Amino acid sequence: MFDWLFEMLSFSFMSRAILAGMVVSLCAALLGVSLVLKRYSMIGDGLSHVGFGALAIAMALGLTPLPFTIPVVILAAVILLRLSGNSRIKGDAAIGMIASCSLAIGVTVLSLSKGINADISSYLFGSILIMSSSDLRLSLWLGVIVLLFFLLLYRRVFTVTFDESFARATGMRTGLYNTLTAILTAVTVVLGMRLMGAMLISSLVVFPALTAMRLCKSFLSVTLTAAAVSVTAFFIGMALSYLFSAPAGASVVLVNAGMFLLFSAVRKVRMMS
Amino acid sequence: MPLITANDAAFAYDGQIVLSDVTFTVNQGDYICIVGENGSGKSTLMKGLLKLVPPARGEVRLGDGLSQDEIGYLPQQTLIQRDFPASVREVVESGIRSRRIFLTRGDKKRALDMLNLLEAGSLINRSFMELSGGQKQRVLLARALCATRKLLLMDEPTAGLDPVAAREMYKIIEKINREQGIAVIMISHDVQTAALFASHILHLQQTPLFWGTAAEYLETFPGRKFAGGVCDV
Repeated sequence: MFDWLFEMLSFSFMSRAILAGMVVSLCAALLGVSLVLKRYSMIGDGLSHVGFGALAIAMALGLTPLPFTIPVVILAAVILLRLSGNSRIKGDAAIGMIASCSLAIGVTVLSLSKGINADISSYLFGSILIMSSSDLRLSLWLGVIVLLFFLLLYRRVFTVTFDESFARATGMRTGLYNTLTAILTAVTVVLGMRLMGAMLISSLVVFPALTAMRLCKSFLSVTLTAAAVSVTAFFIGMALSYLFSAPAGASVVLVNAGMFLLFSAVRKVRMMS
Repeated sequence: MPLITANDAAFAYDGQIVLSDVTFTVNQGDYICIVGENGSGKSTLMKGLLKLVPPARGEVRLGDGLSQDEIGYLPQQTLIQRDFPASVREVVESGIRSRRIFLTRGDKKRALDMLNLLEAGSLINRSFMELSGGQKQRVLLARALCATRKLLLMDEPTAGLDPVAAREMYKIIEKINREQGIAVIMISHDVQTAALFASHILHLQQTPLFWGTAAEYLETFPGRKFAGGVCDV
């Protein structure tokens, strides 16, 4: 019955994509809890658009994509975070502006440059064929760093997320934690983007946290549940995409949406009983 | 030896001075109430005392033996906290300043002790967002107490509370001040009640109009005018 499962994993590009994707899903979910609770969900979306623009430019100039894209997106993440913290410029409006601009740059560059044989849709909606073994290695490193960040600084992540002014007033360097979160989110978005697509990657940041919050009421349980939900949803999504030859990124998003509805339904039932 | 000394301090937003000529000292065990109308510089001063805003002129100095991470702070509740998934235990323990990954048993006991001090020990396993306004304030106050043994700053601790819960909050704060000897600096709109509990009043209107004991304050012009009806609750 599970022959297809072994068959799926026997393709090296498939097992590579699944492993890297699960690590990226885990990172996105952990970082997502903090971002969603601080009302920064849109940053993930903005960063993926910037990533698309940067990736397009890298391709057009013949540069290796990741070493160019990652610093650009990190820079964008730090700028977006500053803008959101500055009450004079509306953060959400700034993100909208930067996002659509980057998308426009990306589309223009890709369609003007000749000799690139890549179709735009694989950038926008992802492709499992792109994952190389060096991408996998980078994803694993990212996973290690994000896990260490959460394990070592968990209490401080909670304090800063729950109440930034209290954290600052009692002598914590909140700017440092916010910047670290932004940098890790940027790398997560870039690594996940090629698999999930620039248009779909932000769902990995937002969905697991929201799904977990349907049922969990402590920060620890939300964090753990979001991580578990995210990894599970990614695996199921990939399996479904393999079975039905459906697009991978879109399948993962739909499974995430299904999980959200399922958790919401359980919550409804719980509240009625 | 004073805990905090403000010496001719002025604070600015976007290069514009919003509060100036602030000189006062906070000693151990003091209960200071900062009053004034909206936009009078109360919150700015509090941010200045917490070193969140640097003074544009003059200085704010912490006394010997008091470091920035030994100050307890009860900020106004934020929108984020309204639907934030956190247990009361998580919130209170986040007040404990510790570099450890896991808290020691002593730290955890201190968190529970502070909650018990505020007669809210039974809430420890509840979900923070499901508490009433008064219960939430107690939990946040317990968190602030975990962070300090000397000085507590509060930004309108009774805002949004019904009169009964507000009165209980004042009693609790008085108890902390008296029994624990913790100095209190509080922003308040409720001047009458504030003058009842506080030892000193600092009345601001872009600059201090009054600084002295609560009894003196009630005798003077700004005190009578302000307590007499302008902001009567």
